Amino acid sequence: MSETKPDATLDVRGLFCPIPIVKLSEAIKNYPTGTVLEVLATDPGTLTDIPAWAKTSGNQVLKTEREGTVIKFHVKKVK
Amino acid sequence: MSEEKKKVLIVCSKGTLDMAYPPFMIATTAAAMGWDVHLYFTFWGMDIVTKGKSDKLKLASVGNPSLPMPNILGMLPGMTAMATKMIKGKMKKSNMPSIPEMIKTAKDLGVKFHACTPTMQLTGLTKEDLIPEVDDLIGAATFVDLSKEATVTLFV
Repeated sequence: MSETKPDATLDVRGLFCPIPIVKLSEAIKNYPTGTVLEVLATDPGTLTDIPAWAKTSGNQVLKTEREGTVIKFHVKKVK
Repeated sequence: MSEEKKKVLIVCSKGTLDMAYPPFMIATTAAAMGWDVHLYFTFWGMDIVTKGKSDKLKLASVGNPSLPMPNILGMLPGMTAMATKMIKGKMKKSNMPSIPEMIKTAKDLGVKFHACTPTMQLTGLTKEDLIPEVDDLIGAATFVDLSKEATVTLFV
């Protein structure tokens, strides 16, 4: 199992729908294709929202992990 | 993705604080997901984009059985203001953006704002009475034309 190290982190802990998705879509614009962005969230809605956003926007969720109340995603910019 | 751009059209027909949120939540999210988003403000929904009202939308205390008090009290003076203050306090606590913030975010994401001309005629509003974020004034025919290739059309 190869572990991809994230290139940057986006912290949206304590923020609720729709802000995590809005911030993620804005943040990812600043990075080149292939960048892996780590997203830290606490809104349980992000568990399905971030994969749904990735699917529609053509990006990729590499990993979803829960650490207590924090949900950690690794999102790869594909396009 | 090679598929053509998806489009969502939302009719905003209500001017209360609670009914102003759902269109903006969907609009900002859909725009963040790369969709083309159009909001069509009509009837009381025009309050959302009217100067002096846009930032002062209220929660209805009358006919709102969801409030934690006997419904009959909703008609007492000051109850609308109280209910509005209560919900705004709760929203602030959970880091929920205000409606003016939602408008700004939506605009930054490229959401299009359309105002309904028949409503303006009815209420005597002019373009100058509306917030500058409104892109244009359109009637039902333009709306129908916009909706013909929309993936999703919602009425709120």
